[in-house]
Amino acid sequence: MSRYYLFQDQDNCIGCHSCQIHCKASKSLGVGPLPSQIITVGPKMIHGLPRSAYVFMPCFHCQRPWCVAACPTGAMQKRPSDGIVFVDQSLCVGCKSCMLACPWGAPQWNPETRKVVKCDYCVDRLDQGLLPACVTNCTTKCLHFGQPEEIPNLKRERYARKVSFDREREEEPAPTAPARGWQELGRGGFSRTEAKRERLHGTKLPRKTARKKKSDS
Amino acid sequence: MAAPSGQPQERLKKVNSICGMCTVRCPIEVHVKDGEAVYIQGSPHHPAMNGSLCPRGGAGLALLHDNERPQGPLIREGKRGEGRWRRATWEEAYTHIADKLTEIVTHYGGRSILYTNRGGPWQDIQKAFVRGLGSPNYTNHDASCARNVMHAAKSFMGMGRKDVTYDLKNAKHVVLQTRNMFEAINVSEVNNLISSLNNGGKLTVIDVRATISASKANNFFLVRPGSDYAFNLALIHTLIKKDLYHKNYVKRIFKDFDKLAAFVEPYSPDWAESETGIPAGRVESLAGQLAEAAPAVIWHPGWHQARYLNSFYVCRTAYIINGLLGSIGAKGGLAITNKAKDVGRKGLKSFVDLLPAPEDQRADGLGWKYKHFDAGPGLLQLQLKAIETEEPYPVKAYICYRHDPLMAMPDPEKIKKILDKLDLLVSITFTWSETANYADVVLPLSTYLERESTLAHKGGLKPYFFVRQRAVQPRFDSKAPWEIYTDLARHLNIEPLARFRSIEEMWAYQLEGTGVEIADFEAKGMVSLTDKPKYRTLDELKFPTPSGKLEVISEKWEKAGLPSLLPYQPLQAPPEGQYRITFGRCALHTQGHTVNNPLLSEVMGENELWINRNEAARLGIGDGEYVEVSNNGQAGQRIKAKVTEAIHPECVFMLHGFGHRLKMESRAFGKGAADQELMIGGLEKWDPAGGAMALQEHFVTVRKLEG
Repeated sequence: MSRYYLFQDQDNCIGCHSCQIHCKASKSLGVGPLPSQIITVGPKMIHGLPRSAYVFMPCFHCQRPWCVAACPTGAMQKRPSDGIVFVDQSLCVGCKSCMLACPWGAPQWNPETRKVVKCDYCVDRLDQGLLPACVTNCTTKCLHFGQPEEIPNLKRERYARKVSFDREREEEPAPTAPARGWQELGRGGFSRTEAKRERLHGTKLPRKTARKKKSDS
Repeated sequence: MAAPSGQPQERLKKVNSICGMCTVRCPIEVHVKDGEAVYIQGSPHHPAMNGSLCPRGGAGLALLHDNERPQGPLIREGKRGEGRWRRATWEEAYTHIADKLTEIVTHYGGRSILYTNRGGPWQDIQKAFVRGLGSPNYTNHDASCARNVMHAAKSFMGMGRKDVTYDLKNAKHVVLQTRNMFEAINVSEVNNLISSLNNGGKLTVIDVRATISASKANNFFLVRPGSDYAFNLALIHTLIKKDLYHKNYVKRIFKDFDKLAAFVEPYSPDWAESETGIPAGRVESLAGQLAEAAPAVIWHPGWHQARYLNSFYVCRTAYIINGLLGSIGAKGGLAITNKAKDVGRKGLKSFVDLLPAPEDQRADGLGWKYKHFDAGPGLLQLQLKAIETEEPYPVKAYICYRHDPLMAMPDPEKIKKILDKLDLLVSITFTWSETANYADVVLPLSTYLERESTLAHKGGLKPYFFVRQRAVQPRFDSKAPWEIYTDLARHLNIEPLARFRSIEEMWAYQLEGTGVEIADFEAKGMVSLTDKPKYRTLDELKFPTPSGKLEVISEKWEKAGLPSLLPYQPLQAPPEGQYRITFGRCALHTQGHTVNNPLLSEVMGENELWINRNEAARLGIGDGEYVEVSNNGQAGQRIKAKVTEAIHPECVFMLHGFGHRLKMESRAFGKGAADQELMIGGLEKWDPAGGAMALQEHFVTVRKLEG
């Protein structure tokens, strides 16, 4: 994996697509390619409360990237210094091998250049000491970027706050559904297929995602 | 800032400006390289922005580079709406307008000119211009937006809706009733609400469908469409009956509390259950939760509340609930807004004071016929009535600034017939719109990245002055509003405005006596008027009502024959086989003028018709299938169905702003449906107490399209 950690705090995400739009604007991309994307699932009623998932899909910058292995020209590369996976546009011949190889659809086709474009964590911005465009502009600041050890463990902190808070009050109706957030939804109330799909959207099982996608289509 | 010194970065200029993609007008930072805008982000200088910007703001460069907008002044050649234009010079267009206006004024007087805009912080110069024309008919868009909220605020607090500030960050419980804060995005508001939620604050959403805001809520009430008033009455009943209200506050600050207590006596949660469909116990539970969080509670009175015939009373009871919880004037509640003078500073000098107020009565009857309404921004449906009937006098010229009444108001076909009675229709706009296409003259406005503004003042806990800066030069033959108004003033001999030749002169005039200089705006694009947020206590405040208190009974409304407390009457239910039309906003689009934006249309190119799963099953409609939605067979339009359990079965919902019919908007053309077209006869449906349109008092049929 790259040295970096791009964490989407789903509890604070409102699925506004700001990341997606700012990504494209920052890379001056026209209609077509989406180096990062928000996929909304829902709303559906869960224990009387409507819940939706807003899943952020950039490139995961793999440890052993399928796309780099598949690229015949050496255009798709992993930067040795920090592990960022990027395309050298001057070498890309538009063969789409990386698009076929990537299990998550990260490499995107750019019809204007007839080459591939993908999330490179805005490497030009990083090198200037800035954050990726999606992170800087995120409406709610739910995207966090940095070295993994630098990012505070928001999930633990919030859980602690929430537990302390809930002890103080009697809720009615009983708070059976999580107040907000998506990851916690796996606790019952779903059919098997739903639960499975949700695990898949949590990206815990990448290989199965690929298979699932195939069977869907 | 973080850029190391090197050749490429040295040419990069950061311009502090104001976004113009929607009417929120968030502060932004535009990066300009060699005269080209290359990147936009939220302002890093505002704590609740901290670089954040919504998707519309991110699509600003796409707007700038879009060629599908008016590129120079146009004078109509064909019939109205036919789309045949003659490209003119600014001089020709100004002369054409000035000649026409002079002719109309000579014949019918200055009062025969109507001017509408969409409100906002830069109205001063426009008001001055309309005064210069000699017309009392300065009007904004608010009849199809927040007029009910405004009047509800005035009837209870004596002040306007913006005279209180939603102190979301410090709130412990926020109730959104129809207001959809996480989709109709104001970046600072969103972040302050998120901050409250992260600190254990609660969110309650009351709506007819599960919005994104609802997807983050602790409590969600899927109320029967049009029953919000019953819900609120039951809540007031519970607060009073169960002694959950703030007694000291109410004793000190309420007028006629006893009348309120007597009035809500019959409106118990059990009674409300049959109206709203919400179990009584849940209303009682909510009342308890609110009392626990009081006074740090915000029961949001709404923004776009031009929905039902009783929306005024929904908003008014929302304010009353805030009052009962002691949240009006409280930290974490509806804190009192400070203006420059409230923090010991002098406000901006206004242009409007340079001209005498017109003596004529308003054509919409506000101020003389309808005395309970705020005459300042008028009511557009009544102005249109005046054009149609020529009563109380003929209105023959209409200037629309950044306003598209054919999109914003109901029943565009009817409006077109009314507009046909005009001798002159001018549209000042930066995008194409139905109104621009129907105009006699189109004056292209530069996009917000290509124009600067006069200075503006923003009230709040920390009031400040701000300015929009020109980041880049116009790509086309377009102008900034101050240029258009001062140019027109010169052509029409409006002396006090004609003398301003540059924006610098105008800024200097506005800043006279304020102790602030234009150079002070350089660093942040704003100048704060105080260091710390100021919470004014009730000791420092007298409500500007006749009694100086919060008035349950408002004499002004009673005198107009409108009860302050309206006995509940259910609204008309949808006829058999029909659905109430409801509408709303999303994060990606605003007021119809972003639908043709290349980046935004890519993510959302068309709107969908939300329909309840059971109803859809009955009609044989599957998710994603196309249906025809019509008003009893009229105004039928094709739209994709979104079949969901998350909407009340009595209504259908669509996002507003779609269904464009202009060929020059290639990306928006023919995509989705337009809600306003379904509201046939809608100009006659408005709330007599609040003045706003009742846009959700229309019913539609839905039919599956074959193939």
